[in-house]
Amino acid sequence: CFAPFLCLRPPQIRVKPDRTGVVTDGVKHSMNPFCEIAVEEAVKLKEKKLVKEVVAVSCGPQQVQETIRTALAMGADRGIHVEVSGKDYETLGPLQVSKIFAALAKKEQADLIILGKQAIDDDCNQTGQMTAALLDWPQGTFASEVTLEADKLKVVREIDGGLETIKIKLPAVVTADLRLNTPRYATLPNIMKAKKKKIVNVKPADLGVDVSSRLEVLKVDEPPQRQSGVKVETVHDLVEKLKEAGRI
Amino acid sequence: MGIFQRFARIPLKSTYIWSLCRQYSTDLTAVDRALIQHRCVHNRGLGASPGNPGAAPPRLPFSRVTQEDLAFFRTLLPGRTITDPDLLKSSNVDWLKTVEVCPQGGNTGLVGGSVPVFDEIILSTSLMKQVITFDNISGILTCQAGCVLENLSNYLEERDFIMPLDLGAKGSCHIGGNVSTNAGGLRLLRYGSLRGTVLGLEVVLADGRILNCLATLRKDNTGYDLKQLFIGSEGTLGVITAVSILCPRKPKAVNVAFLGCSSFQQLLETFQCCRGMLGEILSAFEFLDASCMSLLEKHLKLTNPITESPFYIVIETAGSNATHDEEKLHKFLEEVMTSSLVTDGTVATEATKIKALWSLRERVTEALTHEGYTYKYDISLPVEKIYDLVQDMRGHLGDMAKNVVGYGHVGDGNLHLNITSPSKDPALLAAIEPYVYEWTSKWKGSISAEHGLGLKKRNYIYYSKPSEAVALMGSIKAMLDPKGILNPYKTLPDNIH
Repeated sequence: CFAPFLCLRPPQIRVKPDRTGVVTDGVKHSMNPFCEIAVEEAVKLKEKKLVKEVVAVSCGPQQVQETIRTALAMGADRGIHVEVSGKDYETLGPLQVSKIFAALAKKEQADLIILGKQAIDDDCNQTGQMTAALLDWPQGTFASEVTLEADKLKVVREIDGGLETIKIKLPAVVTADLRLNTPRYATLPNIMKAKKKKIVNVKPADLGVDVSSRLEVLKVDEPPQRQSGVKVETVHDLVEKLKEAGRI
Repeated sequence: MGIFQRFARIPLKSTYIWSLCRQYSTDLTAVDRALIQHRCVHNRGLGASPGNPGAAPPRLPFSRVTQEDLAFFRTLLPGRTITDPDLLKSSNVDWLKTVEVCPQGGNTGLVGGSVPVFDEIILSTSLMKQVITFDNISGILTCQAGCVLENLSNYLEERDFIMPLDLGAKGSCHIGGNVSTNAGGLRLLRYGSLRGTVLGLEVVLADGRILNCLATLRKDNTGYDLKQLFIGSEGTLGVITAVSILCPRKPKAVNVAFLGCSSFQQLLETFQCCRGMLGEILSAFEFLDASCMSLLEKHLKLTNPITESPFYIVIETAGSNATHDEEKLHKFLEEVMTSSLVTDGTVATEATKIKALWSLRERVTEALTHEGYTYKYDISLPVEKIYDLVQDMRGHLGDMAKNVVGYGHVGDGNLHLNITSPSKDPALLAAIEPYVYEWTSKWKGSISAEHGLGLKKRNYIYYSKPSEAVALMGSIKAMLDPKGILNPYKTLPDNIH
């Protein structure tokens, strides 16, 4: 079971006039790139006959179904759409999502949850870790290589110092990093087949999850406009300018 | 005494030249800086011969550019005055005869049209890069000729518009160059050619007169449409200095499909189906063959997103409603898949994937450069005949050529035929030309669909145009440029003189 996340990838992000968030109307939504990698990894495991079934899960409004269909076209077997819309969707964050995933994992008796390491719209990098904690499962995050060895998972993790290899017991949570694989294109014959695969609709309440947020967004601002630089002729001028600006 | 007073003593014609220079004197800096060179392209000007019609002809009897002329140009820059009357007088009287000019934009042309053959002075538009006006109701953009196409695209996209043309060289080519070569590109299928989208031009004529036809009107039937003479004239009738062009709105939804076909016939039927089902949202229909794909994989490490096929199609749709367009596209894809016109395919709706699919078509030229020397042909043919030429060439050349590939704007009936050999091979060239041109002529095609004639193809014009037409072109050239100083040795054949 794994979860592709709905995310924003527009050409130009604009902050809403009331500064409560960014404009999402009319903006093209698509699968989070790290989650695409997660889907690809799950499908690869199935192709190697190491896992029985791949279930694609996503939380959000109606449009999310399109993303689930893409996952199905890549090779997932069935989909679960956890419907969250309107105000609830605007305040949906990693904690609520991980509660949903934990509940689903128990319900579906999943052995492995694979998701992207972070969503590129909020860059939280929390959902995988929180899900593992809620389930009390081991986690292999920032995975660049995953190998199944009997009932254990060998995960090579990308960390600041280099690569760390760990072995974790199943069931476990894995989050995908960039170099884990290159996601395949969903080809037309598979897109056609995906139309026949099932997507089940579920509400958070059905899973006993409260999606109300404990966080309140105070404001969202655009990053400050970059000031143009000043060219100086000599090192002396540079030092003077730095002193003027109170930098030294 | 200033420059102007000196000039007042000189005949009228020179004053016109001076007024040209004053307006564009900052641009002549580029001239002065780089460019008085004695250049011999091809066979050191031994002349075009029946065996080598693309070679440079013998130098016409222009005066040679001297150090004095150089000094003249330097002193013509703003802030500098000529004080020596002798220098001034002699340089000015002879100047008109001396200067052969080679207008140059981004220098991305493929037929040597923007490159001096001998010592023509390069008139570079690179400093003329201002956008003059943009009207966001009519979508009419007016700008100087040296604006880089990609920069114009970026400027327009911020304002919710796009340029009506797009080509691989967009990062370097200038709009003035695009107009003077009547560039085609990837969007011609949807927005038409520059002959329709250019609304006005400002052109400097050979005698220095400024022809201001920079209208920003969609419709204007008052007299002969002079701008059409300059569009596609490759700098031989006048130098384009400003352009006004009609720009379409930026589409809200762009989708790209990459499909595989097992035969060219099926590719053509897919095109017909596409036209019928996608109609007004279709914005590009390009093809490449299996040889192109293997070169992309070999040299650029790109991955083929679908199963290997003899032919690949890139289809782009652009419209104002994503749901509407996707529905149309999916219906079309379902139709071509179930009828087996298409053996495999994939679709992209978001930016990075769209770029990845387009790069499979746009980077073929780049992949070919890794194979050695490339012989490039840009041919217009009846659409059914396009791939026949590629196959015939393969048969005709046999082992002499390393690769014979075909790709291009199949929707416009335009084939890019490319042949490679590890290094330049005169025997191979002799086998290719004039065979390829005769083949094209037989099917009433064009030997240069969008690249123009420039230096390399000037003598092949008769394969695609009757002699009466070429003679009339010569008359027009003689009328507009009696001394023949504008981009000599280009576009028109040598025997026109």
